[in-house]
This record gives sequence, C-alpha cells and structure tokens, in this order.
Amino acid sequence: MSLGIVMLVHTALNRAEQTARHWAAGGCPVVIHVDAKVSRKGYRAFVQSLADVPMIRFSKRVRCEWGTWGIVLASQVASEMLLSENKNVSHVYLVSGSCLPLRPVKDIVNYIADRPQTDFIESATTSDVNWTVGGLNKERFTMHFPFSWKRHRFLFDKYIEFQKLLGIKRKIPLGLDPHIGSQWWCLTRQTLTAILQGPDRKEFDAYFRRVWIPDESYFQTLARQFSLNIESRSLTLSKFDSQGKPHVFYDDHLQLLSRSNCFVARKIWPHADRLYMAFPNDMAGTVDQPEPNSGKIDRIFAEASDRRNRGRRGLYMQSRFPRKGWENGVTAAPYSVFQGFNEIFENFGPWLAKATGARVHGHLFDPNRVAFADGQNEFDGALYGSPLSRDYNPSAFLKNLIWNTRGERQCFQFGPADTQTIHEEIVRDPNAHVSVISGAWIVPLFRSNMDFLDIRKEAARLQKIESGHLKILRSPNCNARVRIWTMAEFIENPMEPLQDILNEIGQPQTRPLSEVPKMMDLAGFERFLQNLKNQGMHLYLTGDFPLSVEHEETQITKRKPYLVR
Amino acid sequence: MGAWQSYRLRLQRKRWRIRAFRKRRELKPVAKRVENIRPSDILCFSTLRNEAVRLPYFLKYYRNMGINHFIFVDNDSTDGSLEYLAAQPDVSVWTTKSSYKRSRFGVDWLNWLQRKYAHGHWSLVVDPDEFFVYPFCDTRPLRALTDWLDASSIKSFPAMLLDMYPKGQLDEQPYDAGRNPMEIASWFDSGNYTISKNRRYGNLWIQGGPRARVFFSDAPEKAPALNKIPLVKWDRRFAYVSSTHMLLPRGLNQVYDEWGGEKASGILLHPKLLDTFKSKTTEELSRKQHHAASMEYKAYSNNTLDHPIMWCEWSQKYINWRQLEVHGLMSKGNWA
Repeated sequence: MSLGIVMLVHTALNRAEQTARHWAAGGCPVVIHVDAKVSRKGYRAFVQSLADVPMIRFSKRVRCEWGTWGIVLASQVASEMLLSENKNVSHVYLVSGSCLPLRPVKDIVNYIADRPQTDFIESATTSDVNWTVGGLNKERFTMHFPFSWKRHRFLFDKYIEFQKLLGIKRKIPLGLDPHIGSQWWCLTRQTLTAILQGPDRKEFDAYFRRVWIPDESYFQTLARQFSLNIESRSLTLSKFDSQGKPHVFYDDHLQLLSRSNCFVARKIWPHADRLYMAFPNDMAGTVDQPEPNSGKIDRIFAEASDRRNRGRRGLYMQSRFPRKGWENGVTAAPYSVFQGFNEIFENFGPWLAKATGARVHGHLFDPNRVAFADGQNEFDGALYGSPLSRDYNPSAFLKNLIWNTRGERQCFQFGPADTQTIHEEIVRDPNAHVSVISGAWIVPLFRSNMDFLDIRKEAARLQKIESGHLKILRSPNCNARVRIWTMAEFIENPMEPLQDILNEIGQPQTRPLSEVPKMMDLAGFERFLQNLKNQGMHLYLTGDFPLSVEHEETQITKRKPYLVR
Repeated sequence: MGAWQSYRLRLQRKRWRIRAFRKRRELKPVAKRVENIRPSDILCFSTLRNEAVRLPYFLKYYRNMGINHFIFVDNDSTDGSLEYLAAQPDVSVWTTKSSYKRSRFGVDWLNWLQRKYAHGHWSLVVDPDEFFVYPFCDTRPLRALTDWLDASSIKSFPAMLLDMYPKGQLDEQPYDAGRNPMEIASWFDSGNYTISKNRRYGNLWIQGGPRARVFFSDAPEKAPALNKIPLVKWDRRFAYVSSTHMLLPRGLNQVYDEWGGEKASGILLHPKLLDTFKSKTTEELSRKQHHAASMEYKAYSNNTLDHPIMWCEWSQKYINWRQLEVHGLMSKGNWA
C-alpha cells in the first residue's frame, strides 16, 4: 500500500522542485511531467536539480495547452510510467507544480489507507453544473472545437454559433455518460488501470481528443464506468472564479489555509514565500486526524465572485458604473421622500426624527439651498451644500447621500417648488418611499404675505408641476413605493397615515402614537381657498374644503388651531 | 461605435504617436541605465519639475512596492531634483528645457519613453505627489497584482485620484524630505464624487473631492478630473491621450463594469495640498504651463491666499486600503 504522485509542471520550476522533494521525502514515488513548452535548457536544469532523489522520475514531455488533449495525454503517460515502475503503488494522486501540500504526507497516506477502495474524483453530470465557462456543458461533448479559446476567441464563438445553427452534433460513444469535475483526482490502481488498459481506450481517446477541456471530463467520465466506489470530491482544495481561472493563494491566506485542514491547496502564487515556508505543516502533537473543511475559504471566494458579478448595491465608482436598469438597486438603502408634510405641520421634521431615529433633512433640492438635517452645511461623505454642485449631477448627489449613510434611514422633504430633475431618478427607484399630501403647497402661500394676484399665479404654477409629478407616480413605470392623499383627506384623518409612515421607517409600533406633530394654524383657510376659486382658479389637488359659514365663525371666535389628537 | 468613429480614433492615436516621436529630440539623457531592465520588470514613469523634497519618499514608497526601474523626465528643475535622481542606481532620467504645455503636459515625452522602453512591461505612470494603493497592497507586492491581471487577461488597471489634505491650514505643518506625506495630509472626502461617461473614449469622468468642494463649488463643471488609469501592460502601439486620464485604443479605458459588477481598482493618494502647495501655485501661475490656461491654479490662488482650510467635520482620516474599499472608492473585484 503506497501513494504515488503524478505531477504536471508548467511554470515556476523551483517551486515544483520544492514540493516534489517533499512528496519523495514522505515516501511517495513521483513522476513529473514537464510541459514541452518549457525550454530544453530549463528542463535539463530542472532534471539535474532533482537528480539526487531516485524516487523522482520524469515522463516523456507533451505540449500542454489549456483546455486541450495534451494535459490528459500527459497524465496518461505519467500515470502509466508510475504504475509500471512502482508495483506497490495502490493509489495515484494527480497534482500540479503549483499545488502546495498543507499537511504531512503521512496524513494523506493514512487518510487514503482508511478508505482503500475509494476513488476521490469530483464528477458531476453535465446538466447539474453551473461553473462552466461560456455556459458550455453538454455542448463540450457534442460539438467540434478546432479553434483555441484563448487565442482565437472570436472564431471559437462563431464556430459554435455556426454548429448550433446547422444542428451539427458529434456522437457520444455508446455507454459513456459525460461527467465533468475538478482535474485533480486521486484514483486507485484498479480504477486507473481499468481506464488505461480498457479495450475501448483507443475509441475513447479518439473521442475525447476533440472534446473541449478534456482534462475536466476524461477521467471523470471514465471513472464512472469502472470505479466501484466514487467519492465525488477532490482532495485538492482548488477554487475557480467566474472567469474559470483558479483563485490564487498568497501569503495573507496563511491562517485560512492552516485552519482548513485540507491536504493540498491550489493554486499558490510562486512568490508566496511565507506559504512555502509555513507548509507543509507538520502539526506536531496533533493526534486526531481532522477532516478537510474549506468552508471559510469557499465563502471568501464566493463573496469575491459575487462582488465581481453583482457588486455592491447602490455603489457608483470608478470600476462600477452600471448602465441604466443594470444597477441591481438604484440606491443603497430605502429612504423616504415627504411631500407636503413640512407645509402642513409646524414641526414635522423634529417630530419624525424623534419618533423614528431617522435622519430627517429639509428640502434637499431647494433651488436656493441644500437643507441638510440640523442646518449643517456639509454632510456625511463630505457632501456639501452648494445648490450648483448638487444640480450639476443631482442623481449622483442622491445616490452618494444614500450610499454614505448606509445604516441610517434618510428622509427628506420634496415639493413642486424644488429642483425637479431628480424626480425621474426617485420614481424608478424601489428604495424610494414617497408620501405625498397633494395640494399642501398652498399652505405656505396662504400664510405668506404676498399679493393675492401673485399667490394666484404661483398656485397655478405649483399645481401644474405637482399634477405632472403625480401622474408619473401613478404610472405603471413607477417603481417607488407611493402613497398619495389629498390635503383634505389627510387633514380629516391624519393619524392613520402618520402611523403607517412610522411603521414603515422604524420598528412596528404596538402602542398608539404618544406624540403627534403640531398642525399649522389653518384658521380662515377655507375662505382663502374660496377666494382663489372666485378668482377663476381650479384647485383640484387640495381636495374639498367646503366653506361652512357656521364653522368659519367658530374658527374666528376661538382661533383654535387644528391639532391632531 | 461605427467604423468611421473607430477609424478616426485610430488616426488620432497615430497622431499622438507621431507627436511623441517628434518630441523625442527635446529629451536629453542624463543618466541612462535602461540596459539593466529585465523582461519581467515593472517600470515607473514620471515627469517632474522642482520636486526634490518629495522624491526621497516617492522612491522609497515605490521601491517597497516592487517597482524595478524608474524612468523620469525632468523639466528644467532648479532645486537639485535632477542631480538627486541621476545618482540613484535604479533610475534613468532625461532632462528638457522645452515647454511643458507644448508637450501636452508631459504626455508626449512619456509616450515616447514608454514606447521605447515599456513595450511588454507593466508600466505605472504617476506624478511625484501620487501614491498608488491597490487591494491587498499591505500584504502583496505589486507583482502579485500584475500576475493576477495577466492571468485575468486584463491590460489596464484604474486608480482614482484621491486628494489628501491636512486638518487645519495647509501651511501649518511643513513637509520635510523623506517623510510620509500622508502623515500630514491624512484626510480625504469619502463620498462626494460625481461620475459621467465620456462616450467618445469610453472612459469615466470623475469629479469631486476637496478641491471641487472648496475651490469649485460654484463652478462644478470646471473641477479637475480625478479618473486615472496609471497601470498598463504597455504595448508600443498604445498612447495616453490626456495625462493618464485616458488612453487609446479606447478598449483600455473600459476599466469599469457596466452590468452591475465591480472590477478591481485602486487609488492614487494625492497629498498635493501641503505647505508646498502655495509656492507651487504661485510658480505655476507665473509660468502659465498648466491645463486650460492654468484655470485650476487661478481658482486655487483666489481662494487660498488667506488661510486655506480643506478640512470639514465629515472628513475621513486615512487608515488603509480596506477603509477605502469599504467607502466604495476602490474595489477588490474578484481578487481574493
């Protein structure tokens, strides 16, 4: 019972030498295959450097290009040599020159000895995997690939399209069920010789020679034919990114690797000196044999892939600038836009801030000033209160604000008197929670000291803007969460909407509102509206405030403000 | 992009290359050690004028990072910069008395030297007041990044300019040679940048930061550009168009993802706003050798003559690259 190593070497020969010595010192015979692309001089020096170790042998060199048959051929040649020269080898482990053994050879040998009939080879049916580059799964086995993916990508892609168009298909040899999986396997002598000495090998080889990336499918498929007991996982820790290239380990992964208890890791950066010094770790004093567990490493690499493919929600920066519709969330977090509340209540902002703990700004898009919360001139992320700068790119201003304050709910006031260009961005953003009291812009006019004719003009202007605004908010293209009340509706029953708003922002409150904002003094408001109407103005957004003589009189005598209780 | 547009950009690229070829005569070699450059070396290119005080730390910083050879163009320094550089074993330096402006702010000179010496190399183009930061730069040398870029078939790597400033007045703490300038100018703006896309060249145009906040808040469109692509696997056919903001062929400018993902990116820390800033501003104003009729410098001098303070309550103090990545100023992409 002994473990034999087949090592495929392409570059970083000095590191390969280091690990080959390690395997040999652990008692494993090693056969090294050096890529024919390595210069003859470099190869000779490499062989010379290992000449003092009789257990290390070199197989005939083949040219290995990524994704081609050469790699399988090299594994075959080297395995045959290893098996024929070392009759006592019971398992063969395929590793690469950039693989780094993390645990002592003894550990691996013991682990395999405990499972003598098991073949460790990751092998999954093509329909079940999603890791393949370019989405080619089944097609790997049924199409022709005469062009190199690395060097002639255009022709490669076009030729696949062409074959799909014409419906050209290769026939899979009878009895083969295509499987794919990690290239780094550990097979028993029994299984491996069955593959290498099988009666159909010639036919299979001829077929796989034209399959795309046969190194991930040849042994994986054939092992399914011959193996008695397949454990579908690789003993080598090897992770691939979304581009299909292996993740590389560096010095700063030292802790992660030593905690993973994996046997062998791939791929190690050749200049990662600290890793090559720290491993293989002899783990002096460890009696138990921990199972390999790469969970944490898996998570880190999964996060990296996720960052590359989906990115951080609501972030716009030098290397992430999504096109419209591809943002994966227009902004980073939910925020609230209030329209008309500041106009109706005297202290809406402070009240809301107190009730919810959210950050409540004034009219951020006021044409004359940027009303950050608490009257600040600057805000989180060093956003600054220059209306010109804000209006230079209002969408960036809003996205920056929401990104900078992740973790703190932002609320701001908006209205028809504000700069309107931002509106489009708000409407298409599912994070925007828009609450509108329509027609409330009339209140500041009512309380103002302007000439009535000017009030009339301004009211018409604001009503026109708001009406257009409401139309968009009610359209099916609106992604924002929208609530709209007319001012009359709202004043009649303000409690329910306010409670809703609080629930939406903060924790759902079980008890009723303890404190409510104070409403503006609206004495004489109905009369004011009627006067506007009498001037020929059609006020349709404010709702109906019927002019009752009796009501008006009591108002005048008592001067009682509207108070929400 | 149509074939016509594509052809015009091709012509433009050729024009910049011819221009660089013509400008080569303006450069006089002072210390030429280019024969020491090995095929796998990472090179650093820079133009400067009177930066002697910044050079010692600059060289130290980039040597630590793993730059193998530096190539400088000295534009008529009078403070000993040239002599200092000529004495360094890993530096090649050329000098010129010609107009900075008419070499398109040094771009022509560097385009020529890059074409001659950087072909096939990773080449980093930075000013003496720019300090490159990339993901994992505290644990992995620059070669780890370039190896990863090679493996990922990525040819260009972006690094936005991040203006750094001190707390208090700019001239409160003088800067002495050899010191880490980020110890003084250790503050930055974390989230007030605006981005738009340049359709012609395909690059992003980024503005914002403290200079926009203090000097250009009433003319935001004039604020300086912060987008840069300093690290490129150079080919002799490439050319920088304007500073390191953009390149031709335009594919090299596609350093950002448009489908929601994040590509890897770095930062150029830019501690320009030190006590040296004021004298530099005065000098540059009189020379009139800078962009857009030195508009930037004019804006600075109008605002800063009294007591320039860039710091505000929301300024962030620089810690490390991870902080910049959390703020979303740079990204690891899928490098882990």
